[in-house]
Amino acid sequence: METPGQIRDRILARFSGAEVTVVTNPGPAAQHSLLVGAAHATAIATFLRDDPVLQLDTCSNVTGVDWPGREIVETVRQPLAPEEDADPAAPPGVIEEKIKRLVPGSLEVVYHLYSVALKHGPVILRLRTADRAANVTLPSLTPVWRACEFQEREVFDLYGVKFTGHPDLRRILMWDEFQHHPMRKDYVEPDDYEWEPTPHDAVLTKARRHYPAPPAAPEEESTP
Amino acid sequence: MSAAGELAGLSAAPGTTVRAVNDPFHGDLLEVSMGPHHPSTHGVFRMMVTLDGETVVKLKPVFGYLHRNHEKLGENTTYLGSMPYTDRLDYLNSMTNNWAYALAVEKLSGQPVPERAEYLRIILAELTRLLNHTCLAGFLLQDTGCSGTPLMYAFREREHILDLFEALSGSRMMCNYQRFGGCRVDPTPGWLAAAARLVDGYGRFLDEYEALITGNEILMARTQGVGVLQPDLAVNAGATGPMLRACGVDYDLRKVDGYGFYPRFEFRVPLGDHGDTYDRYMIRVLEMRESIRILQQALRDLPAGPIIDAKAKNRGLRPKAGEAYGRIEGPKGEIGFYLISDGGPNPYRYRVRPPSFINLTVLEDMCLGQTVADAVVILGSVDIVLGEVDR
Amino acid sequence: MSEAPPAPAAPEITAAERDELRRHGILLTSLEELYNWGRSNSVWPLQFGLACCAIEMIAASMARFDIARFGSEVFRPSPRQADLLIVSGTVTKKMAPQVVRLWNQMPEPKYCIAMGACAISGGPFKQGYNVLKGIDRFIPVDVYIPGCPPRPEALLHGLMQLQEQIRAQKISGPEAPRHLRPEASGEFPVPEFGGSDLVPPRNPDLWEPPTIVRAE
Repeated sequence: METPGQIRDRILARFSGAEVTVVTNPGPAAQHSLLVGAAHATAIATFLRDDPVLQLDTCSNVTGVDWPGREIVETVRQPLAPEEDADPAAPPGVIEEKIKRLVPGSLEVVYHLYSVALKHGPVILRLRTADRAANVTLPSLTPVWRACEFQEREVFDLYGVKFTGHPDLRRILMWDEFQHHPMRKDYVEPDDYEWEPTPHDAVLTKARRHYPAPPAAPEEESTP
Repeated sequence: MSAAGELAGLSAAPGTTVRAVNDPFHGDLLEVSMGPHHPSTHGVFRMMVTLDGETVVKLKPVFGYLHRNHEKLGENTTYLGSMPYTDRLDYLNSMTNNWAYALAVEKLSGQPVPERAEYLRIILAELTRLLNHTCLAGFLLQDTGCSGTPLMYAFREREHILDLFEALSGSRMMCNYQRFGGCRVDPTPGWLAAAARLVDGYGRFLDEYEALITGNEILMARTQGVGVLQPDLAVNAGATGPMLRACGVDYDLRKVDGYGFYPRFEFRVPLGDHGDTYDRYMIRVLEMRESIRILQQALRDLPAGPIIDAKAKNRGLRPKAGEAYGRIEGPKGEIGFYLISDGGPNPYRYRVRPPSFINLTVLEDMCLGQTVADAVVILGSVDIVLGEVDR
Repeated sequence: MSEAPPAPAAPEITAAERDELRRHGILLTSLEELYNWGRSNSVWPLQFGLACCAIEMIAASMARFDIARFGSEVFRPSPRQADLLIVSGTVTKKMAPQVVRLWNQMPEPKYCIAMGACAISGGPFKQGYNVLKGIDRFIPVDVYIPGCPPRPEALLHGLMQLQEQIRAQKISGPEAPRHLRPEASGEFPVPEFGGSDLVPPRNPDLWEPPTIVRAE
């Protein structure tokens, strides 16, 4: 099978102006993926499905991934301009500057494509939303692969990605009145939590939230 | 088709949507909510069925009644901590779920597996396949209205396999047996002898069962030509496992991916011709026969050696940042795990690719134009387990 | 005429004496005993599976474990015909209203077995956002069976415990069970789906969170 780089080059040759980049997977699995811009996603997916060399006729797996926005502190080193009367042998001075940069968050949808006819794969497509709040719209690939129908509904339910062109975009696992997207990293679950007999860190944190510290109690009434 | 239907100009060819029209002989459409508590839905599954008389004109599955937040829990626990949860995904087939998850983590961390462990995995996966397909045959017959008896035969054999699982892993259903880089316990020679006895006797059970069921006229009348699935739709809709192969599509991950040591084994992949419910039943019976062959080869050739890689790390595993998608041919289809690691002790993203959930994509297509009683049988032949559908 | 002395009270018959009489073909019983004996040996469960435990429930009804020995093999598909609700598996929040509705549809006298860790407390899935942390927040539970899943033998043991409870019931007086007291209702409010949780999240008449005070 072609490498992701070759597939990208062929897509770029076919669709001028498409945004396709290869996302390298540094792990031992080395399953690299293609990050595809939303504008051409449906056309590219159709191309991948119908291309005689690839024939990616089935979409095995559709997943959402939440990447919350995060702050990165970068240290920038700039050499000082050497002063005129400085010793030329001395090392030039360096200014260290810490720059805080906010990486915007995004929701990502990952598609694992396989070819049943030619028995190869996976080719991994990734689509990213612009942010996590207002611009969470992506084109649906259900018209290309029916396999995406329920899985995209699941991504909509649990991550809140809105798929345009999906025939039946409703919540699938949670009930319709539910207002949150529970698989997002910043989801706070309802406080229906009680003490567990074998607490560990996560349990202790929850228990502290559930049972706030008592007001300063008299000595004799304090519980063990 | 009834006289009224002919008057209304309805065509009841299978696979076409029948629409109600305004005429005095034709009744209204009836919307029925089957489930989540319904004896035929294999758990808490719900189908919103619109009926024209007895004919299904629309069918929308409703999910989520067993959504136990498996993926969220998986992201909040360690890699090893998710292993017992995978048992509870498809609770009939804990061994194959374990294997799929172990395979994904091994891909993620580049962990090799010793030879004996690979053989043990194949032995247990094929025993699981026997177990699952036997139960399916029982439940499918139950759905056709054959109450009790075939299921009793099936569960009699299931208990024998569960005895093996319990002797090996300590639990009947929730085996929690695979580890990253191998298996948890080594079977004793007595266990292997008992497994060989069971495998050798299983063919006789299949003969007995098939003599009762396979040629049965009522079963044929209820299942042949019912719920036909076209191969191109099956591929496009991501159907996998016996459901895909019943349409005649040759796609078995044991052959395609060649994971584990399956390329060393000699076995055939049964394929169906019609893609109907009867073919889906027959595929399972034939697959059981092939599983017996694989088991006999594996039990004969089982090499000595360690069952887990000496350098394998299970507790406190922190794979390098990266991602991996590992999949195996489970009894219900392609079960896969998609993991993203950020270098921490917990997976950043933990995703299960549930075969029975995705196989349900084509449920409506198979049921349209059939009667509501056939919809029950078609659902039975898809072979779903709700723990995996809703996770 | 002087009044006749009051008749002496009938002596209490011990269980040993009654067994002795039974050996001679004399059966002594009370209405209460007969009533409870009949009910305890014909507890018909609802054919209602939720999750993994349901498979073990089916296994208990199959040939090896044979729940028919206890008179409970008649799994009824309709709640109107069932006496026993076996909550066999994880109750999710999406499913909880349906479980309560099934319970309300069952006629009295009715009993509930919470089978497995999930039905008792949420079990391994306790920390899930969609998992109800124990069915006893909405309906009263008579027998709890621990295990994940409990073996079929454990289910049989739970059933025998329930039979013992039924045999010990009084048919009159203040200790009479719920179905014999007209003021006690067998119906419980069905929760509704809210924006982030069930409304209400529990039935306060049945269950309150334990008052644990954190010591620090």
